[in-house]
Amino acid sequence: MEAAMDLMRRISPKESETALSALLSLLPHHSADLLSQVDLPLQQVCMDQQLMKEFILCEYNRDADSYRSPWSNKYFPPLEDGPLPSPQLRKLEIEANEVFTVYRDQYYEGGVSSVYIWEDHNESFIACFLIKKDGSRTGHGRRGYLQEGSWDAVHVIEVGPEEEGTAHYRLTSTVMLSLTTEDKSSGTFNLSGSIRRQMSHDLSVAEGHLCNMGKMIEEMEGKLRNSLDQVYFGKTREMVCTLRPPPDGIQLRLPEN
Amino acid sequence: MADGGGGGGGGGGGDEPEELSDKQKAEIAKWFLANAPAGEIQYVAKDVRSILGDDKIYEMAAAEAFPLHNKAHLLALEMPDRSGDVLITTYGELDKINYFDPRTAQVATVDHVKQVCTNVRPANDDELPSPYIEDFRSTLDAELSKYVGETYPKGVCAVYCVSGKDAEGPGADFEFVVVISAVKHSPQNFCNGIWQSIWNIEFKDDLQFVEIKGKIQVGAHYFEEGNVQLDAKLECKDSTIFQSPEDSAVSITNIVRHHETEYLASLEASYVNLPDTTFKDLRRKLPVTRTLFPWQNTMQFSLTRDITKEMGIGK
Repeated sequence: MEAAMDLMRRISPKESETALSALLSLLPHHSADLLSQVDLPLQQVCMDQQLMKEFILCEYNRDADSYRSPWSNKYFPPLEDGPLPSPQLRKLEIEANEVFTVYRDQYYEGGVSSVYIWEDHNESFIACFLIKKDGSRTGHGRRGYLQEGSWDAVHVIEVGPEEEGTAHYRLTSTVMLSLTTEDKSSGTFNLSGSIRRQMSHDLSVAEGHLCNMGKMIEEMEGKLRNSLDQVYFGKTREMVCTLRPPPDGIQLRLPEN
Repeated sequence: MADGGGGGGGGGGGDEPEELSDKQKAEIAKWFLANAPAGEIQYVAKDVRSILGDDKIYEMAAAEAFPLHNKAHLLALEMPDRSGDVLITTYGELDKINYFDPRTAQVATVDHVKQVCTNVRPANDDELPSPYIEDFRSTLDAELSKYVGETYPKGVCAVYCVSGKDAEGPGADFEFVVVISAVKHSPQNFCNGIWQSIWNIEFKDDLQFVEIKGKIQVGAHYFEEGNVQLDAKLECKDSTIFQSPEDSAVSITNIVRHHETEYLASLEASYVNLPDTTFKDLRRKLPVTRTLFPWQNTMQFSLTRDITKEMGIGK
């Protein structure tokens, strides 16, 4: 498994689907581990035929070959007795989807989001917030810079039972992105990457679960975006300048070996 | 690559997933090896070997994948007589394990999987270009080496004659390929990178004209607790007049220098634009309001978005 995870860190993020598929066929007995530990771009978006709204497909809303829409709470294609969240969690799920839609609009100016919530053992629950953004100029890219661009975020929060007015929240976030600019004079420029982080907090439930989860996600996304931009992309930029130092000695700080 | 290997590992029902055939496993191993980033194939090899658990299949895959990888990344291997490095390229390939080094006029035998040069011998007369061609080639090589030495801290280069090498004198067309490669490995810093440029130089005698076509490719990989890769490329064209070997060398090198310097600047510009323009098309740093999202005020949303029923009113 260690070897498998190392491979996933080395193969280009653009090829991660092919790589994972290959690993699954080589290591069928490790498929559960692989699927839970490897980050993959969110696959598809489906249309809720009843309410005509899009929702994201993933393992968390799947049963057999059908997927549950967070809008109508129905499975598509229809499923006889697919699992549904409890009425209480469903209420939270509805609110979460509505509020997250606005959050998504404000930060992403487009894209699709979905939230799925389900019971865990011991009065805990798990909430999964997903965002899929196509930022290319043919997609939702407002400014038209990107020939190709995608941002996929998966935030899974485990919320523990309420004890004396507080609850424990454990967030695992994964962001996968790819961006490509292309023009005749500067050629093709593509940056792609994936990054996964965790964050845990004990918070008062006075403002409600949604508020707590939302703030954690917002903080996490901000950190990941900055990290990707400054640290990760920055390192690749430093590498380019190491390979071919700029002519008038505008050296970027580079930790030598 | 072959899609998913015959439906193995499906669903997770009670039955055993289908076993892949040896050939299918080797294909997958080959894919991983060939797609390893520059300088990381040995690490990938170790992983693949451990996952396969079958040395025979690994060796089958490695024998095919390593040469492809080495050629694609213009691997430079030290020659045993310490006369320099030989570059592993399709242009200098005489056969599967023998590669021509134009600068020292030698032929190197290599072990692709171990990535070492095992033997050198002087090139035969029929493997070498004519004196007329060699004059052009070596003068260009000298000029380029100077440029590469000054510009790339870890650069190597070679000039191959790929067409018309037996021309005895003026009146014939001939073609060179210039290969420049610079590689930096920093595995302890989880960072690797490669700069590669390949220039086709076509000398057209009748038009007294030299046509130049370049392909530059830059890659970088940073993977400390994450996996981020840069993949950038450019194709460009230029030309100059057919002159003496010395003047042609200077002219061609200037053109190469000009385009490569410009390309570096354009890469820098792409990076500078990232935070405020290109990245913004994916996700803004902050909403237009320039404040964090007001999670507490769900009532506000009902009003602005005209939703009444579903919101947790009175929360």
